[in-house]
Amino acid sequence: MPDGAIGAPIKRREDLRFLTGEGRYVDDFSRPGQTHACFVRSSVAHAAINGVDVSKAAAAPGVVQILTGADWAADGVGGLPCGWQVIGKNDTPMHEPPHPPLVADKVRHVGDNIAVVIAETLAQARDAAELIEIDLSPLPAVVTMAQATAAGAALLHDGVDNNVCYDWELGDKTIVDAEFAKAAHVTTLELTNNRLVANPIEPRAALAEYDRADDRYTLYTTSQNPHVIRLLMGAFVLSIPEHKLRIVAPDVGGGFGSKIYHYAEEAVLTWASKKVRRPIKWTADRSDSFMTDAQGRDHVTTGELALDADGRFLALRVQTDANMGAYLSTFAPAIPTYLYATLLAGLYKTPVIYCNVRAIFTNTVPVDAYRGAGRPEACYLIERLVEQAARETGIDKTEIRRRNFIAASEMPYQTPVALEYDSGDFIRNLEDGLKAADYDGFAKRRAASEKNGKLRGIGLATYIEACGIAPSAVAGALGARAGLYESAEVRIHPTGSVTVFTGSHQHGQGHETTFAQLVADRLGVAVESVEIVHGDTDRVQFGMGTYGSRSIAVGGSAIVKAMDKIVDKGKKIAAHLLEASVDDIEFDAGTFRVSGTDKEIGLGDIALTAYVPHNYPIEELEPGLDETAFYDPKNFTFPNGCHIAEVEIDRDTGEVTLASFNAIDDFGKIINPMIVEGQVHGGLVQGIGQALMENCVYDEAGQLVTGSFNDYCMPRADNLPSFTVGTNEGAPCTHNPLGVKGCGEAGTIGAGAAVINAVIDALGGAGIHDIDMPATPHRVWQALQHSNG
Amino acid sequence: MYDFNYKRASSVDDATASVAAVEEGKFVAGGMTLIPTLKQRLAKPSDLVDLGDLKDLVGITVDGSSVTVGAMTPHAVVAASADVKKAIPALAKLAGLIGDPMVRNRGTIGGSISNNDPAADYPAAVVGLGATVHTNKREIAGDDFFTGMFETALEESELVTKVVFPIPEKAGYMKFPNPASRYAVVGAFVSTGPQGVRVAITGAGPSVFRQADMETALAGSFAPEAVENIKQADGDLNTDIHASAEYRAHLVTVMAKRAVAEANG
Repeated sequence: MPDGAIGAPIKRREDLRFLTGEGRYVDDFSRPGQTHACFVRSSVAHAAINGVDVSKAAAAPGVVQILTGADWAADGVGGLPCGWQVIGKNDTPMHEPPHPPLVADKVRHVGDNIAVVIAETLAQARDAAELIEIDLSPLPAVVTMAQATAAGAALLHDGVDNNVCYDWELGDKTIVDAEFAKAAHVTTLELTNNRLVANPIEPRAALAEYDRADDRYTLYTTSQNPHVIRLLMGAFVLSIPEHKLRIVAPDVGGGFGSKIYHYAEEAVLTWASKKVRRPIKWTADRSDSFMTDAQGRDHVTTGELALDADGRFLALRVQTDANMGAYLSTFAPAIPTYLYATLLAGLYKTPVIYCNVRAIFTNTVPVDAYRGAGRPEACYLIERLVEQAARETGIDKTEIRRRNFIAASEMPYQTPVALEYDSGDFIRNLEDGLKAADYDGFAKRRAASEKNGKLRGIGLATYIEACGIAPSAVAGALGARAGLYESAEVRIHPTGSVTVFTGSHQHGQGHETTFAQLVADRLGVAVESVEIVHGDTDRVQFGMGTYGSRSIAVGGSAIVKAMDKIVDKGKKIAAHLLEASVDDIEFDAGTFRVSGTDKEIGLGDIALTAYVPHNYPIEELEPGLDETAFYDPKNFTFPNGCHIAEVEIDRDTGEVTLASFNAIDDFGKIINPMIVEGQVHGGLVQGIGQALMENCVYDEAGQLVTGSFNDYCMPRADNLPSFTVGTNEGAPCTHNPLGVKGCGEAGTIGAGAAVINAVIDALGGAGIHDIDMPATPHRVWQALQHSNG
Repeated sequence: MYDFNYKRASSVDDATASVAAVEEGKFVAGGMTLIPTLKQRLAKPSDLVDLGDLKDLVGITVDGSSVTVGAMTPHAVVAASADVKKAIPALAKLAGLIGDPMVRNRGTIGGSISNNDPAADYPAAVVGLGATVHTNKREIAGDDFFTGMFETALEESELVTKVVFPIPEKAGYMKFPNPASRYAVVGAFVSTGPQGVRVAITGAGPSVFRQADMETALAGSFAPEAVENIKQADGDLNTDIHASAEYRAHLVTVMAKRAVAEANG
């Protein structure tokens, strides 16, 4: 296999700069005359603002300017927009309360922005910020969704009764209820999907500059999608047209969804940069990140599964309350609806499904997509229900899955919740997974653990996710306010090297390697002669960015489409040079050849000819070899797989040790297996983190208890076994040119359910059949204390 | 971080005099607690006096009856010391369980015990071995050194210079770490030797304490079974999102039992 070929496990080229400290992140950039910003944030969860006195602070050394919510309101600029509108029951649109980047009337969560101090140095900005006097009248805080929706609860926003943003449903409740009425067995489960903090290594940062000469703004920001930020901030917040606004998202140190959104600090800095006529930099510290980065998950759900006497699924009924936090983050409304309810079929032929989702405002940090985004929540619910149903009916947990799986031969398969799966061989994934995990040997391992006084359990999660987001028309019909295609420009330089401009953005995914590999393979050039450019709206024509495991499926397909145009043009040039008909020109491994002859010419010569068109079909063909393509997918892609966790529990301490984790995933065609494996590992760690360690906790007053790594438990290497991961490439995506499905989120989607199913399996002997995430030692010990075992 | 004056002390006397001479002086040893506190603007000392040049305070000496650890000795040095591993393996183990590699390479025993974080590891060893804390002014028995949450018997501008640990016949340390911070939710240090039978518990209460019932039981029979049914009262124990007082009380028994098993090898 050549070095650059599709399927070769080549090392990530970007790692050299990351590992040697040569990466360039937003905070590494500085501009002449730069000032520094410190945001003054609310220390309480809910309060009316009576006044903000900045007079003392304004007189402090080094202060350039202080701006408050009143200044923002006086300028008549917009609030932060929401990018997705959900229409609830009875065609009632969701509530979209204003989200001012600097609040003037009241604060709605700890961390809400009240003012910004711009000063010569960061220390001076911080010193001055402490001198701002804020007069607040505390209001009762609603922290949980139950509190927020209780009668007489304090309301966050005017006109939003009961703090309910929307009350939405999918499916026909009457039909589903009728199926439940005739069920032989109903499995019921109430669960909480715990709130998480994304915690990328690099905190958010922004550096804004206004150039008076060009009347033009530049914003360096930690974004997964710079063009989307240009659109949201330019068009909806600050009224800056695209040609007057440049967004640069350079190296970004992890996002996990939390850097998709348009944040207050970006808008405030850009707005203020024109006022102070100097560049302004802001970099979050970790406390800022905990208080202001959009958080993830936070569902409270009741799920019911109806089965017939043979253990076949008849219907699924789900009621979910989803916490939005204090404001709507950019894509928040879509997560518990179109990325959750539409996945509730899972891998199963459940004929009818009904799901009701209420989105609730609370005095907490806004919640939005976090790696997996809705799909882990769906998988967790389904797979816990399935294993509980197996336990209750006495059917083996692998058998109940086999009985209900959609067969590979039934693809494409229309689910009752809007999606049409294109491909997948779920039985094969299951069988491969069971073999990899030595499922048959489990009883022996359990006996060995019991001999040592330990409890042992094994749990499965078979999952499917909708990725490669999305066909624009479908997304639009569902309320998206943006298209969801991707764009690419492939530029062959005169001497044959290649620059690819992609609208995807890398922040840990290794695109610079994978995409280069893709180009090298398709165009037959050395991988070293391909450069991937991304993250700058002045350099890249357009883009929708990276999230929802979409980069290879949508961004990669756009690159393929642009390369197809290159090859088509190359064929015309080759036909001219080789004096043959275009129809007779073949292209393979970097060479254009007249079919059935030895007349051929390399891509390099074609490129040189295109830029030095002395002997060239100039009448019918423009010079140059540079093509742009936009790719709008025909459908979502559907990665799927089987994850198996095995745990051992110390009865005396409640400590859960993950003994092994096996993942078999179908990502369609794989470009770089080493990078894919790394993506799976990272996802698994985050899924396991949610299951066993991570938990965002607020106290009754709405204070963030887990506001640092001292209390918010991140998974670490010594918490984890060595993973065993494998892929099945036998059921490629049927509708994109590469057959790829995407791998970024898969680990996060399967791991939580697999681990908790394993924990429950281990605790079953003690009479415990339910436990919420995270299964911390304390929680497991408490469950054991109250059990009958 | 607020502004402060900074000085590197040239001797113990210079350090203590420098802190005594200023409005609100602070010693900085490894800085593993102080620096994050300063960065969060939670403390505003007028002066920092850095002990980094006091090489006399760094090092480990072992004689027939005791292990002496200089106050500025980093945890990693204690953890890796062949002499400590031979004389008091439980002490080396304890040092190796503190924080993470960066903390262990910067943090010092003097800084740790002077700060007396209720969840720190070293106080368990000082009390659990009946150590003596030496300062620039006096010797303080380990039992008298830790007086309350973040409080010690140290006076203003008094500086710990070394800690002398009597070598026990047997000792063991077992720690149940906070999953997030890796501080001790409960740590139990047990020993038997010249200082009698000792059971010191850290993490569970406001400050390290001796578990008298367990000491009595172990004096009768130094075996895990001796303590397995002794319940720790939970009335004064800490409660947080990671562990209730009830859970901590339970862990005191579990960790003590395991520490005894470890001590017995």
